[in-house]
Amino acid sequence: MGKWVGPAGLLVAVAVPFVDASPYTLNVLTTAAIFVMLAAGLNIVVGYCGLLDLGYVAFMAVGAYTSGILSTALELPLPLTIPAVLVVAVLAALVIGAPTLRLRSDYLAIVTLGFGEIIRITATNLDFTGGPTGIFGIPGIEVGGPAGFYFFCVAVVALAVLGSARLERSRLGRAWMFIREDEDAAEAMGVNTYRVKLLAYVFGAVWGALAGVLFAAHLSAVSPQSFVFLQSALVLMAVVLGGMGSTRGVVVGAAVISVVPEVLRDLGAFRYVFFGVVLIVVMVLRPQGLWPVRRREPERAEVREGVRV
Amino acid sequence: MTQLVWDGLFVGSFYALVALGYSMVYGIIKLLNFAHGDIYMLGAFAGFVVLSGVGGVSAAFSVVALVGALVAAMAVTGGLGVLVERVAYRPLRGSPRLAVLITAVGVSFTLEYGVAATGANPRVFPVRVESQALQVLGVRITVAQLALMAIAVGLMVALDRYVNRTSTGRAMRAIALDPKGALLMGVNVNAVISRTFFIGSALAGAAGVMAGAYYGKIEFLMGFLIGLKAFTAAVMGGIGNIRGAMLGGLLLGLLEAFGAHFLGGEWRDVFTFAVLILFLSVKPTGLLGERVSERV
Repeated sequence: MGKWVGPAGLLVAVAVPFVDASPYTLNVLTTAAIFVMLAAGLNIVVGYCGLLDLGYVAFMAVGAYTSGILSTALELPLPLTIPAVLVVAVLAALVIGAPTLRLRSDYLAIVTLGFGEIIRITATNLDFTGGPTGIFGIPGIEVGGPAGFYFFCVAVVALAVLGSARLERSRLGRAWMFIREDEDAAEAMGVNTYRVKLLAYVFGAVWGALAGVLFAAHLSAVSPQSFVFLQSALVLMAVVLGGMGSTRGVVVGAAVISVVPEVLRDLGAFRYVFFGVVLIVVMVLRPQGLWPVRRREPERAEVREGVRV
Repeated sequence: MTQLVWDGLFVGSFYALVALGYSMVYGIIKLLNFAHGDIYMLGAFAGFVVLSGVGGVSAAFSVVALVGALVAAMAVTGGLGVLVERVAYRPLRGSPRLAVLITAVGVSFTLEYGVAATGANPRVFPVRVESQALQVLGVRITVAQLALMAIAVGLMVALDRYVNRTSTGRAMRAIALDPKGALLMGVNVNAVISRTFFIGSALAGAAGVMAGAYYGKIEFLMGFLIGLKAFTAAVMGGIGNIRGAMLGGLLLGLLEAFGAHFLGGEWRDVFTFAVLILFLSVKPTGLLGERVSERV
């Protein structure tokens, strides 16, 4: 059954517009597809490698702003900005990762949070990013109306998800998971943990930045309000809910997280309270997430740290 | 210039109060209590509710009312801190760090949007400490600032004595050093951790009420930024070190005052986080931290 899950999910994603193609539905679906891509990217960093990144939307912002600025200033079609986006994303990952990846979980979490804020505040304060109002009139990708753009997004996101799943099974992916399970042991076994963690960051950044390009094309505008901490927390939520490190779990988690707020719209601010509670409950009762990875090896005996009374 | 120093020290004393809670909790159970900034926010709101309940407060009465609200808010946030630890952190003690960090983000979310659900608009604090300015050495100091500073210093001195002079304080230090050893020696670890959360959260709540009374406006996201800054302060001083947290808070306040003066106010937060990153990469144990806080 396992190997049919992916294609089946893709089929569902492609089939929905044939059932309901109202502009509202297409909008929600496209947003959900972009969100799935973000979650797949954060899953590389948090799920595979165990590095808690609380400023992940910073990379999305980097991608969206780079392509937005280049396409409006140089009047380029959006796809042509992608090489520049990739370069800037990798640079951003190196700038953020290089000083911080020597740190461990807690410090890393708070520093990435700080970086997320730095990127957002910088975008708000600079002139060429359009200040608080951001950038308007981004050309978008012309592929046959909103439905066409949705199918385009689904195709790109499917490739990205497939790519992250392939990465998981690569030599690099195994090194990531080794670090997640026991960084000291990985180091002792000759894994260059610093370099490998930095690579996790780079891949995560590339996924995030490309999602940012889709985001800019979808809304044809970017502004700093789209990249607040709430967004980072929601992507993290998708990864955690689905099951950290489990590709299909994360895709489902992201779809749920992006569609549920639409369903819960009537609840207003309470829906985020609900999210917070779900985050706590999932971690306490089901720390592996709702659809965890099936382990191919016996569970490692947990070395308990600290006091349990 | 001296004005900058004074303003920096004043804001720094708020940071220090919040940083103490971070530092105590981190020192004892190695948990970065993400929701700590939101406890500060809740303190401000608890103070708001108490003061609104009292109704129209005459100006002469305002200091007494404010102290009353401060105590009430400290009780509320302290209790809430204990509750949060009990519900969200204790079940996960011994689980991977990542899991606990994520529940902490969940708690922060719940608190923020729980308050937002009662009305997301900023509230105007009912009591504002009116500002009579004094001129000391060419520096404009308001009576309100002096009073708030005095309260902050009083709380910090009390905490320092508590940790260094009482048996509970000794128990806290014992757990910080070796939780299992402390347990075996008969320390009631859970009770002490609860108490730590109570004290840390109460201090944050006090800072929240003071900030509300001083700035006059409170809103549900106000804890986020100060949480980050207080953490920065705690790291600068050496996390887990009480006096370090105080020093770090004051120092961060000063740095910010000067940074904002020379770079422009809109870059103040960027400057703060840059300081955090610099500190973590150069001296992760902070100014007063001797202990290596990372497990190697």
